[in-house]
Amino acid sequence: MNNETDWDYLVPLLQKAFGETLWMVSISLLIAGVAGLALGLAVYVTRRGNFLENRTVFTVLNLLINTIRPIPFIIFVFAVGPLTMALVGRTIGMEAAIPPMAIMAAVAFARLVEQNLVALDPGVVEAARAMGASRWRIVWSVLIPEALGPLILAFTFLTIAVIDMSAVVGMIGAGGLGDFAIRHGYQRFNWEVVWATVLIIIVLVQVVQVLGNALARKALRR
Amino acid sequence: MSTTAPPMVSFRHAVKTFPAKSGEVRAVDDVTLDIRTGEIFGVIGYSGAGKSTLVRLINALEPATAGEVIVDGQDVTALPERELRRVRAGIGMIFQQFNLLSSRTVAGNVGYALAVAGWPREERKDRAAELLDFVGLSDKARQYPSQLSGGQKQRVGIARALATNPKILLADEATSALDPETTQDVLDLLRRVNSELGVTVVVITHEMDVVKYACDRVAVMEDGKVVEHGDVYSVFARPEHRATRRFVGTALRDRPSPAALERLRHRHPGRIVTVAVREDGASSTDLTRALREHPLDGTIIYGGIVEIAERPYGSLTLELTGEDAAIAGFITDLSRSTSVLDLGTAEHPLADPDAVGPRATTASSEADEGPSAPDPHQALGADRLGGVDHPFWSPFALLRRWRR
Repeated sequence: MNNETDWDYLVPLLQKAFGETLWMVSISLLIAGVAGLALGLAVYVTRRGNFLENRTVFTVLNLLINTIRPIPFIIFVFAVGPLTMALVGRTIGMEAAIPPMAIMAAVAFARLVEQNLVALDPGVVEAARAMGASRWRIVWSVLIPEALGPLILAFTFLTIAVIDMSAVVGMIGAGGLGDFAIRHGYQRFNWEVVWATVLIIIVLVQVVQVLGNALARKALRR
Repeated sequence: MSTTAPPMVSFRHAVKTFPAKSGEVRAVDDVTLDIRTGEIFGVIGYSGAGKSTLVRLINALEPATAGEVIVDGQDVTALPERELRRVRAGIGMIFQQFNLLSSRTVAGNVGYALAVAGWPREERKDRAAELLDFVGLSDKARQYPSQLSGGQKQRVGIARALATNPKILLADEATSALDPETTQDVLDLLRRVNSELGVTVVVITHEMDVVKYACDRVAVMEDGKVVEHGDVYSVFARPEHRATRRFVGTALRDRPSPAALERLRHRHPGRIVTVAVREDGASSTDLTRALREHPLDGTIIYGGIVEIAERPYGSLTLELTGEDAAIAGFITDLSRSTSVLDLGTAEHPLADPDAVGPRATTASSEADEGPSAPDPHQALGADRLGGVDHPFWSPFALLRRWRR
């Protein structure tokens, strides 16, 4: 093993891996953000005592979330293989990483959304109902704005979790920073490359967190 | 105000039940009641009496299980959700916890009610400014609710509730989270809403002082039933029901509690009587005359007289010393014009059946019948505890929701 790391060779690969991570994380977050918000709202409004109380819908959605969430992600990626095949037509590569990442992130976000809404003072919803607001209006003009700060923080948390997931999907040939660190670093006994990649991921996570905190603070400035 | 106008709200055998572990809870149990157009109507009761549920039948936030609730000529129990939204827009409501949208400014909160009611954007701003001027908060328009005091928040609540020119304003424990001085301000504002804007106001409270100060008529609720109702003075001056007597007692504190009575007997071993002072009964002048005309000595040892609905009301407790016959004559004489409660002597004590407050320390007082009235201070404390403004993400807010 040569002691000199060939950065001229590695940097373009690292850049490519970085781009792959960003792409996978962005697409997954986009889908998970919308789907998770909808799912979380659905669980909240059908919960007992809330304005679209529906035991059946609540139980089914709740069970769905509770079933998917505890599955270790590395196993989940393979377990949803048939679904991935049906959705994107292949089970390897970056596209194939999107369904498992988006699904896992959506159920995680749904739970986070629901928890933040449950913490909301139900009196505010009652006040809106007393004014004659429709249920749909209450969702977009009361629930979401009132919980916006915590929702932004939850999404920030989700983003970091999805970055974490993106490191695993190298297993199905989706590339990304995690894959780069393992193939060009760990498997070649080159710790320098591993640590460099880890540093990049740490910086990425920090940037996301600082951004999320700033946005949440802005939403909470009342 | 005219009493011939049709009532603004009519309950006809209204029932509301909630499913519970053991069968069901009848939160509102066969209530028949009229709230007149243009009056301030009070509903008083202890926690769990069903008063909050009763008021929610009016805007159908809680649909009635049975019976009719006629609001401004329309039976709201028969309306579908879409129609109800229109009815609700014509009924303002304010809350103990204010329930303002923390994500919107003061003006934004008032504007929100207008947006819900479908007002065009250009008109909302002017209307919001007009209302904030009415409640005296024009300078706070651009602030957020968290920057306001409790009294200011409730004023915003009132401005928001009045935004769409409702005919009815429902006030659900609207002053219970406020200190006495702020309570007075908010009640004054509600009186202005009633007199200047002609809005019928329904006030839900557990505080006798609120009813005494603001209401024209009152209904007393216990266990889901309206046990007594009528104009404030007659209900409280001649309380028929035990619950009503307890409210009067807690508010006035004109009659000694069992513990106080025991101390009084210690200092005043003679015959102790409590004489009611009312507009239509004996005034203190009658009392003075009776004391002069009968050969005995009377010492005032406890009591209080206040105004209810701008008329005198209360009682005085005296120690009488003299011949038994003279005392009997004095009691008979006064009993002709007012009610006299004989509490006996230290040697032969008689209990006050409607006593409120701390119990005597004697063993016999343990075997008291019925549930005791909650200590008003304690009740207030408990409400205040629930009333702290926790941010919605805090564990306390979560806990409060769970405890519901």
